[in-house]
Amino acid sequence: MNQLMRFTRLHGDSKVAPFVAVLVILTALASLGNLLMPQDSIFYVSTYTITLLGKYLCYAMLALAVDVIWGYCGILSLGHGAFFALGGYAMGMYLMRQIGDRGVYGNPELPDFMVFLNWSELPWFWYGFDQFWFAMLMVLLVPGLLAFIFGWLAFRSRVTGVYLSIMTQALTYALLLAFFRNEMGFGGNNGLTDFKDILGFDLQSDKTRVALFGMTALLLGLTFITSHKILKSRMGKVIVAIRDGESRARFMGYRTERYKVWLFVYSAMIAGIAGALYVPQVGIINPGEFSPLNSIEIVIWVAVGGRGTLIGAIIGALLVNYAKTKFTAIMPDGWLFALGAMFVLVTLYLPQGLMGLLQKIRGDKETAKPVETTQAQEAKA
Amino acid sequence: MNALTDVREVMRRDRVWSFLQEDQKEVDVSHDVILYVEGLNLSFDGFKALNDLNLYVNDGELRCLIGANGAGKTTLMDVITGKTAPDTGTVYFGQTLNLLQHDEADIANLGIGRKFQKPTVFEAHTVFDNLELSLKQQKGVIPTLFARLTPSEIDRIDEVLGIIGLKEHRFMLAGALSHGQKQWLEIGMLLMAEPRLLLVDEPVAGMTAQETERTAELLTSLAGEHTVIVVEHDMEFVRSIARTVTVLHQGSVLAEGTMDQVQNNPDVIEVYLGEAP
Repeated sequence: MNQLMRFTRLHGDSKVAPFVAVLVILTALASLGNLLMPQDSIFYVSTYTITLLGKYLCYAMLALAVDVIWGYCGILSLGHGAFFALGGYAMGMYLMRQIGDRGVYGNPELPDFMVFLNWSELPWFWYGFDQFWFAMLMVLLVPGLLAFIFGWLAFRSRVTGVYLSIMTQALTYALLLAFFRNEMGFGGNNGLTDFKDILGFDLQSDKTRVALFGMTALLLGLTFITSHKILKSRMGKVIVAIRDGESRARFMGYRTERYKVWLFVYSAMIAGIAGALYVPQVGIINPGEFSPLNSIEIVIWVAVGGRGTLIGAIIGALLVNYAKTKFTAIMPDGWLFALGAMFVLVTLYLPQGLMGLLQKIRGDKETAKPVETTQAQEAKA
Repeated sequence: MNALTDVREVMRRDRVWSFLQEDQKEVDVSHDVILYVEGLNLSFDGFKALNDLNLYVNDGELRCLIGANGAGKTTLMDVITGKTAPDTGTVYFGQTLNLLQHDEADIANLGIGRKFQKPTVFEAHTVFDNLELSLKQQKGVIPTLFARLTPSEIDRIDEVLGIIGLKEHRFMLAGALSHGQKQWLEIGMLLMAEPRLLLVDEPVAGMTAQETERTAELLTSLAGEHTVIVVEHDMEFVRSIARTVTVLHQGSVLAEGTMDQVQNNPDVIEVYLGEAP
């Protein structure tokens, strides 16, 4: 029985419900604090804070996406920022179309940057983005399709390890260069910005901000639960098996490349959703989001929180980004050094991240006895 | 002349064109032979790992493969399980299944299980999960996503846990098992898959005398229902289980027969003891 309890604790079986509950309660409190409290109350939460929290939650979702494939399947993607940015661009295109004739040039059909470039009509790939449902479909489909094609080519050829990581870097870098070009039709260097409203609601109003924040928390909770369910299923066990011994799993009759491709697609779609939620809250999307550095930062969030634990990835993203906000306010130039130092320290002293540390502290206290009995049993057998 | 040989090969009367054959998954052992390995050649950078190797294994047999290091034992297993493609030669599973046309996952699902030299169990999974993953089941992405353990599957896992003697350790992480226990777990994983043909690479390496004895019993009891091919260096162990022994040397079969026949074979004595004839 002791062994059974130890097993469930190791796998964090019971942590999902409390975590989602905490997330929901905190989100609700922050939202109420913004909408109901008067400005001078100590419980008042400023709209700036709400937006900042919303941004953090988007990052947390992105970290979750990376953890699903890195922590559980051992695929170190250094290009997940690309899927995030593509989702963001899909949302941005919808928001651009919503501006209508309120732009600087007042063209009812074309976004400002196209008028500026003397384009006379909308490029074909902008069709349909005036419809919200179409844009949301693209938020999922574009990152998903790219991940499918990339994953299919890479995993079928059995590219793994460092080579795969480098290829993902190249992927996001190539997209960065492509999106910088004005001829691409995505606003070039400046990206997409000057958004007015979403589904008819003013993006600057407090209520819309709070709604977006709430939506982000909700979707983070949903993707967290879904990912947990997937990884708990037999498919999840196969995925971990692939991480620990891919050729062995293959000799057991599992087509490992298919598992990897679909998990990669799933992860890219979560990243896309995170990007789509990020853009209306931040108010801009530009090619900078594709930069390889961003993607590497995501990996650091996951490493700090503890890879292979979904909660760890979320907590890591929240903590590191909070630290970033504080640090860049005090010493803007020092942040990258701090980030680098953090990565080195975590890799050296906390290979399992903060969650690993937590488990170790608790494990030292609680599981001393069961471990002993296990060894005793082994000795007997 | 070449064209003529090609035409002859295409028009062979003892074979149906492959595209006319149904994509069957059942192994046909109507002639009592489960594995045909013929004319296998494979070289790595000029080194001939397999040299015109022929091997036939009967259905239900327990066959031991012995040979010095570099004799081609593991390479042969790699070819059979689809890990390595040979330069020339054919490998048939039963009468109809051409193994060279299938990949590792396919071959595993056709009913060929393999145990590696180094025990490779999934250390982050519990003993129970290791066995669950090895179940004979639908192995696609979607079926595993919605898979639930059925009572009969749980019974089967319990049964195998009993056979391999790890009942008390079912919820222990496989990484925490001792070396011998890992070997047994891996044999258990093979049993779960209910393969027709088991390829077992050095099953008793690192086992105590007692464990070795139990392994020998287990492998002998498996023969009959399953076909077992064992690669082993431990001659004592081979003698205790084998009815037929095949000796490999420099990539081809040197001798075949019972243990006594093989040990008295002058070729084998020469190769093993280096005696001049």
